Amino acid sequence: MRTALVLLFLLAIAAIPGSIFPQRAVDSQRVTEYYAAHPQLAPWLERLGGFEVYASPWFASIYLLLFTSLIGCVVPRLLDHIRALRIAVPDAPKRLERLPLSATKDLAGTPAEAAATAAQVLRKHRFRTKVREHEDGSWTVSAEKGYLKETGNLFFHFALLAVLVGVGFGHWYGWHGNRILVAGADQGFCNSLAQYDDSTLGPRVDAADLPNFCLTLDKFVAGYQDTGQPKAFSATVGVTQNDGPVETREFTVNDPLRLHHANVHLIGHGYAVTLRFTDRYGETQTKTVPFLPVDGMFTSEGVAQFPDVNIDPKTDKRDATLQMGFEGRYLPTVGTGATSTFPAENAPAIFLTAYRGDLGLDVGTPGSVYSLDQGQIATGDLKNVSGARPHELKIGETWTLDDGTKLEFVGTRPYATLAIRYDPTQSTILIGAVLGLIGLMLSLGGHRRRVWFRALPASADSGSGTLLAAGGLPRTDYPGFADEFTALVTAAEEGNP
Amino acid sequence: MAELSNQLMGFTVLAYLVAMVLYAGEYAFGNKSHIGRAAARPARQLVGAGAPVDSVEEPQPVVPKDKRAEWTGRAAVAVNLLALLLHLGTLVTRGVAADRMPWGNMYEYILSATFVGSAVWAGVLLRRPALRHIGLFASLALVVLLGAAGMIAYTPVGPLVPALQSYWFIIHVSTIIIASGVLLIGAVPATMFLIRDGYDQGKRRFPYTLGMSLPDATLLERLTFRLHAFAFPLFTFGALIAGPIWAEASWGRYWNWDPKEVWAFISWVVYAGYLHARATPSVKRTVATWIALLGFATMLMNLFGVNLFFSGLHSYANAGGM
Ligand code: HEM
Repeated sequence: MRTALVLLFLLAIAAIPGSIFPQRAVDSQRVTEYYAAHPQLAPWLERLGGFEVYASPWFASIYLLLFTSLIGCVVPRLLDHIRALRIAVPDAPKRLERLPLSATKDLAGTPAEAAATAAQVLRKHRFRTKVREHEDGSWTVSAEKGYLKETGNLFFHFALLAVLVGVGFGHWYGWHGNRILVAGADQGFCNSLAQYDDSTLGPRVDAADLPNFCLTLDKFVAGYQDTGQPKAFSATVGVTQNDGPVETREFTVNDPLRLHHANVHLIGHGYAVTLRFTDRYGETQTKTVPFLPVDGMFTSEGVAQFPDVNIDPKTDKRDATLQMGFEGRYLPTVGTGATSTFPAENAPAIFLTAYRGDLGLDVGTPGSVYSLDQGQIATGDLKNVSGARPHELKIGETWTLDDGTKLEFVGTRPYATLAIRYDPTQSTILIGAVLGLIGLMLSLGGHRRRVWFRALPASADSGSGTLLAAGGLPRTDYPGFADEFTALVTAAEEGNP
Repeated sequence: MAELSNQLMGFTVLAYLVAMVLYAGEYAFGNKSHIGRAAARPARQLVGAGAPVDSVEEPQPVVPKDKRAEWTGRAAVAVNLLALLLHLGTLVTRGVAADRMPWGNMYEYILSATFVGSAVWAGVLLRRPALRHIGLFASLALVVLLGAAGMIAYTPVGPLVPALQSYWFIIHVSTIIIASGVLLIGAVPATMFLIRDGYDQGKRRFPYTLGMSLPDATLLERLTFRLHAFAFPLFTFGALIAGPIWAEASWGRYWNWDPKEVWAFISWVVYAGYLHARATPSVKRTVATWIALLGFATMLMNLFGVNLFFSGLHSYANAGGM
């Protein structure tokens, strides 16, 4: 128990750093920010597992030690408890008057009768009871109650073990991924690793094991208060599972879309911007790109990159100096400032800066799809061709650039940010936790106590009659025991159980 | 309605403050009062046969000696109950103003948790008048917590963000609020026990001198345990079962280790440590009680510290502002 105490404390202390330093599993963006803010400290923290505290070896070693100690503790207790449940309650100690509670009564009947009555009383009160006759003519009644306390306690500790094992299995056999799903049939998503924006598979999961389903976002509705605070969201999707028929399903925050071996959670939303670029040769290309919200009013930032434009139809060669990139902000409701004033599209406009040159997409290093390659801009390979002030476009408006090429702001579509997960053991863990809780309540609420009666023939000179001695032993702190004991003794004396 | 709630909140703090002063008055007048003396008499100690056994309470004779102390004490209890009503009024008007349960942000959360604590204390007070002397510390704790809520965490009435619109939210938050309230008020008899026990050991420095008029140490210790043993399963359910169920539905993961969860986990582990320590015969009751107070500190950290210092997924953790 002392070891357990020390280890419990270590566990509590070891959990603290995870609330102080950003955790990669919670928000990897903030880890990146931490690196930028503390370039000296961050690599050290990394080495110590400071950004992944709950997956770090030292954290694991504490809870594994705790659980080893737990097994070492509860297995022998389980055996003891089973033994205690199978053998009879031990016989009365010699001197009942030495027990914390004791009483004596003179009765009229024989010792056998007195013992029978006492046993009846105890059984009525759901004590496990054992009556013994002794050679000297005395009878003893031994009784114990409150086994559920120990049973509950063991239950609770085994449930803890079960939960830990469940969490481990969930980690091994689960997977999850995030994906931005833009509305429209042309923007559908099928469940394969390549189609995720980011994903993590458990160590025992293979990419081929992922369940087969496809989603299209048919409709996304967001409602807001007048203040701009969100009120309600709802996403309507077309689902195809295992190449079956398309089903239409609706889901929302707090109410995920539950598919076979995958749950789709709505964790965010935003606007995707559709832009049509007409190049020097009159060729047009249309792109729909999600812009990421940067504030609660959905001021959103993003880029649209057109690497395959301005290709001379005569040579069919791409000119790396004539690729186009547009960077900027989308405001669903334009006010007087540079940020949106309402999250819904009351007065939408986009503010763009145009870049021409080498987008740097061919180098092979995957860059962010939400910003242009700053390296290319720094070297001058990618140049701002629209001036310092971003150009404002409303929906349907077209912007003619310096070289005669055109950009039209076609419109927007909503998108939903989806977290897709599978955790095979989460229901098992829930059941374990609930059973554990029940065990805990039995353990904390129960009281174990023993009561003994000894019925002796009254001394020879007074003829017939019985001397009934009683003793009570609370095995755990139980303030109400004295009252219970008195009531039991009185009932045994009066013979009315 | 929102305005009314704010005014009631002011009156609530004021009423607890007055109750506190009256309790202090009883304290000052009544050092030699019946409560102190009755409680100071050691309860009959039972000798256990091997097992640890606690003393059995004796009925404490209520023979008023010092009239002034008695009346101040009664007035304190009356004002305390009035403060509880005002506290309830603050919550109800807040809920009506927001048209939802009044626990959508940190301010409301503290308001609710302290209400539960105060209600539990009132229950203890009515069932065991002998413990009245704890009132000074209980009302002090309430004044401090409510004052901090009003000053640090005040948030104007607003609607719930969609992530909080779920019945699991109500279950999760209400059970945690009740558990926190009981655990917070549980720290009061815990502190009293340590003071009284120190006094019984012969310590005569402040704050042990306060122990003179406190109820019997065993009584305080047992009350401490009862409150914790009641709150711990509730906290387990709220924080470690209902919370994860809601998190699974809302964020997809049942446990995210965001700072609020980390500190709930820490509190849970520390309180489990308290229960262990108390069940271990070789660990002294004072040591166990210190662990309970450590648990209290971690709860405070979660109520105030986490909301102010860390950012996480728990959007209702916002202190002020939005
Ligand atoms: C994961 C960590 C653990 C937690 C959260 C935990 C929690 C608890 C709780 C809440 C109780 C209180 C029940 C009561 O008072 O009756 C308890 C009792 C107990 N625990 Fe643990 N426990 C943990 C690990 C362990 C370990 C490692 C051991 C063994 C070394 C252990 C042995 C015991 C024993 C013997 C009791 C019974 C005390 C009694 O009622 O006499 N526990 N535990």
